[in-house]
Amino acid sequence: MTAVERSAAVAAPARAARQSVERRVLVIRIVTIALLAGCWEALARSGLLYQGVVPSFVLIVPALIDLLTAPMLYRHLWVTTGEVLSGLAIATALAVPLGILFGARRFLGRVVSPYVNALATTPKIVFLPIVMLLVGIGPESKIALGALSAFFPVVLSTAAGVQHVSLVHLNVGRSFNLTIWQMVRKIYLPSLVQPILTGLRLGLGVAIIGVLLGEIKLSNAGLGFLANDYYNLYRIPHLYAVLILIFALAVAANALMGLVAKKLGSQAPDAPR
Amino acid sequence: MTMAKSPILAGLAALVALCLIGEALVLSGQVSPLVLARPSQVVLAIVELIREEGLTQAFLATFALTLAAGATATAIGIPAGFLLYRFRSFGRAYESWLAALFASPLVLLYPLFLVILGRSYWTIFVMGTITGAIPIILNTRIGLVSVPRPLVNVGVSFNCSGTQQFFKVLFPAAVPDIFTGIRLGLIYALVNIIGIEFLINFGGLGRVVSEMYDRFEIPGMYAGIVFIVLVSASVFAVLARLERRIRPV
Repeated sequence: MTAVERSAAVAAPARAARQSVERRVLVIRIVTIALLAGCWEALARSGLLYQGVVPSFVLIVPALIDLLTAPMLYRHLWVTTGEVLSGLAIATALAVPLGILFGARRFLGRVVSPYVNALATTPKIVFLPIVMLLVGIGPESKIALGALSAFFPVVLSTAAGVQHVSLVHLNVGRSFNLTIWQMVRKIYLPSLVQPILTGLRLGLGVAIIGVLLGEIKLSNAGLGFLANDYYNLYRIPHLYAVLILIFALAVAANALMGLVAKKLGSQAPDAPR
Repeated sequence: MTMAKSPILAGLAALVALCLIGEALVLSGQVSPLVLARPSQVVLAIVELIREEGLTQAFLATFALTLAAGATATAIGIPAGFLLYRFRSFGRAYESWLAALFASPLVLLYPLFLVILGRSYWTIFVMGTITGAIPIILNTRIGLVSVPRPLVNVGVSFNCSGTQQFFKVLFPAAVPDIFTGIRLGLIYALVNIIGIEFLINFGGLGRVVSEMYDRFEIPGMYAGIVFIVLVSASVFAVLARLERRIRPV
């Protein structure tokens, strides 16, 4: 038996084993979804809970179709998307330079880190009253809350990334007498692609939460407003439809950011190959 | 120690300077007292909140809710994580789902529980438990999966029974990762509990801020927010210190 034949003979059972595991995982997932759906439907029809609070699929699916075909949905969707992206952009514009500063100037980093950590763990939604006093109750307040939420993961991730910038690269920059701006552009930023992308991914998640909660508390447009509106009108199937849509969009946005991070990260000069 | 050497002193000095600037801006009329409360008034307002608005009880309510939700999340999360480790196919099937849930805006489910359970402590507790359980499940599984092979083999060569293998080998080796999960779970529970209290204007600390804003008592509102920041920072610091003790690096 040649080496190639031998490795093929070993590889074939391994591949078969992997395929059988994949198949089992798929079966478990399908059965789980079916079971969950069955339990849901049984609960909806059991009469154990108040009528209508757990609506049957027979009601949710038409509500979802109704929602997706209504032009007003897309208006609310754009409002929320715009608020989330503006918030994330503002947060990034502030957090990346500050993160580099806090990471590169060790003493400054140690001065601010207790305060940044304290604010990072606080639920951002309680800042909504201050934000509304500062910028009013319009979309600006939701953008500000999204920016406030996203700022912390980005600044923490960037500052932590700076600690891992190769000392050799820094010394090369110094020996070339680079200005601060050149150091940032040519040494720091190329090494920080991965940490910044990680921060952005986390930041996007919390910006979505910040914006939607702000909309739920007080607003007149956006998906959060729509959810709150259906809740107040007790249109429960539509409430479920909006929440299903929000979750699907949030999971998709997170997966998309993951893909972007993987793609850009693998092109970064410091990426492990 | 001089200020130039101690980051803590320098930080406190900067904080005091910021407060003084805020105080001066409001006193001089540059910033309206309806937008920014004077820091001196905020400090007084904390005392007033304790005396007249039951801040202590609100704190205890939030704290008790967080502990109850954290304990329930742990009681659910560790066995669930173990099952996902023990039955690998299930672990592989559910892990990416749990990770997606962990990254999704779970807190937005609260209107559903509001409909089912009403505007009550139960809604807050259930939301805290759900958001707290997911990191505990994920970290328990990771901890058990990454127990070094030689440790497992030692258990096998001593002819350990399944239970002995779990309690004497697997669980102790996974404790640091499990604790990381519990720490994250408690922080998530606290953050979501305060957030929901604020949103539904019910319960502990979050309700205080919401009420002060509704009454347009600006210093009281700032005081409530400052208090929440202090509480979450202390919880974070205590848990981080505990974790460093458990995870000797």
